[in-house]
Amino acid sequence: MFRLVVVRLFFGALTLWVVSLVVFAATQALPGDAAQLILGRDATPERVEVLREQLNLNDPVAVQYMQWFQGIVQGDLGTSFSNRQPVAEYLAAPIRSSLTLMGLSALVATPISLLVGAFSALRRDRGFDHVSSTGTLVIASVPEFVIGILLILLLGPGGFDLFPSVYSRNGDWDQWILPVFTLALAVAPPIVRMMRATMIEVLESEYVQQARLKGMDERIVLWRHAAPNAIGPVAQVIALQLAWLAGGVVAIEFLFNFPGVGKELMDGIDNRDVPLIQASVLLIAGVYIVVNLVADVIGLAANPKVRVANR
Amino acid sequence: MSEISTGTNTSRRRGGGLFRTAWGFGRTKIGVALTVLIVLVAVLGPFIAPYTPTEFITKPYETGVDGTVFGGDNRGRDVLTRFLWGGWTLLLLAAASAGIGVLAGTVIGVVAGYRGGWIDDVLMRANDVLLAFPQLIAALLVMSIIGPRVWLIVVIIAVSHMPRVARVIREATRKVIEQDYIKAVEAIGMPRHRIMAVEILPNVTSPLLVELGLRLTYSIGVVAVLGFLGMGLQPPTADWGLMINENRQGMSIQPWAVALPVTAIAILTIGANLITDGLSRASIGIDRGVEK
Repeated sequence: MFRLVVVRLFFGALTLWVVSLVVFAATQALPGDAAQLILGRDATPERVEVLREQLNLNDPVAVQYMQWFQGIVQGDLGTSFSNRQPVAEYLAAPIRSSLTLMGLSALVATPISLLVGAFSALRRDRGFDHVSSTGTLVIASVPEFVIGILLILLLGPGGFDLFPSVYSRNGDWDQWILPVFTLALAVAPPIVRMMRATMIEVLESEYVQQARLKGMDERIVLWRHAAPNAIGPVAQVIALQLAWLAGGVVAIEFLFNFPGVGKELMDGIDNRDVPLIQASVLLIAGVYIVVNLVADVIGLAANPKVRVANR
Repeated sequence: MSEISTGTNTSRRRGGGLFRTAWGFGRTKIGVALTVLIVLVAVLGPFIAPYTPTEFITKPYETGVDGTVFGGDNRGRDVLTRFLWGGWTLLLLAAASAGIGVLAGTVIGVVAGYRGGWIDDVLMRANDVLLAFPQLIAALLVMSIIGPRVWLIVVIIAVSHMPRVARVIREATRKVIEQDYIKAVEAIGMPRHRIMAVEILPNVTSPLLVELGLRLTYSIGVVAVLGFLGMGLQPPTADWGLMINENRQGMSIQPWAVALPVTAIAILTIGANLITDGLSRASIGIDRGVEK
């Protein structure tokens, strides 16, 4: 188990490194060079040349990559082209907002999905199960920004006017409701389905039958005997859904004008601000890889065969 | 397993059987109906649209104008016309990227699964790297650098599908090559590429069809979201994703310009996913991991 985890961690680090290579290579493909981009079209050739020197653009690509990579490892993500601030400083607040948004969505989605999934399993092939199974299938197929827009049309200013549809910095708590609700709906379906599937499997197992035959209270059978054994595979799906959130927030932040990393990425693309694009893509991919890694480790830990074998 | 061990000449019949079994589920029928509805709107739309998509008819966001059903959009172009014109690009891009992605992924999956050894290792490690990017982020990174181009949208989405398809097809291939008849054709000296094309491929059609449906659903979503982020087709094209982007500021005064394309995308993806669900239930032994 320990060795497997170490191997996974190693591969995770390797993937992160390869991702950094890809991100760097992609920005090398940019037409024109960075110095020209920063100074704009009417800069004198001399000034461009000076800046090229400052940015080490005259060095071989491999050297440039090494310098860039060293910077990243030390937490220096470069300087933004558009506002001349260090990207790391500039992105600190958006990262916090994005993580809060993701965390809140997960906090809302997880317990409700688990309950719905477990209840569907108990009511297998009856009304509630059919409704939740169709509902999750429908919600799972629709792209997340479509869910968001439908919610805005329904509950926003044009509809019932219950919640604001755009995030503004006035600090009202109700502007969080629609973004969080949208993301929660987007991540919930696979969790519900997995919970239902594993619960059914567990409820059909012999030890649950045995517990019931002993005449145990049904509630104790469910919560002490069945649920804990269903949680392992479900935890893996939850982690995978969290990883998905890392990429999924971009469209949602754009839709609600929410000041997070995804919004910064879109602004960076608008301004052709390469360091900002690099940093936000790296961050998002980084969160994605790390959470996927956690999902893998949970999956390993939840599998008794792996857990017990050669500790 | 017994399904798979039947010879190649039954494969066509089996493919038909998969569709017939899938058609037996009520969900599949609903899915087909929804999908056909939107495809008809997208394909026939340009022929029945009352105006041309770039004609200025009203003031921006004006509704209730004579001669328009849903009013005008952010520039005063007829919303109904742009809605009717904006579907076929989405369908075409999604179908092309899903098709190319599944094709490439299948080739990789079959080769990796059949050849094994270092080819398998190299292909699968390359897969892992591609999988390390969230689908949308990879597309945004490349688009932001090269700029939004139509062929690029197709290529990027296809590439992001490739590793996901390859994984599934590789697993299916490995099950097929355990069968005796593969050893038999190897023994009579059939060339490898013929074995892969004629003996293996027809026997992985079930997971292949399920993947195709699944990838098509995702493609629709990614193409739409790229348009919505302004990174897909560029103005003044009439495109559902772009329409949502252009008109979202005026959503509370002119909801139709957003509601029509959003509803169409929702119905289309639900339809495609219902069909995929039917296919995956019908194909034996390959469900989507979650559904039991």
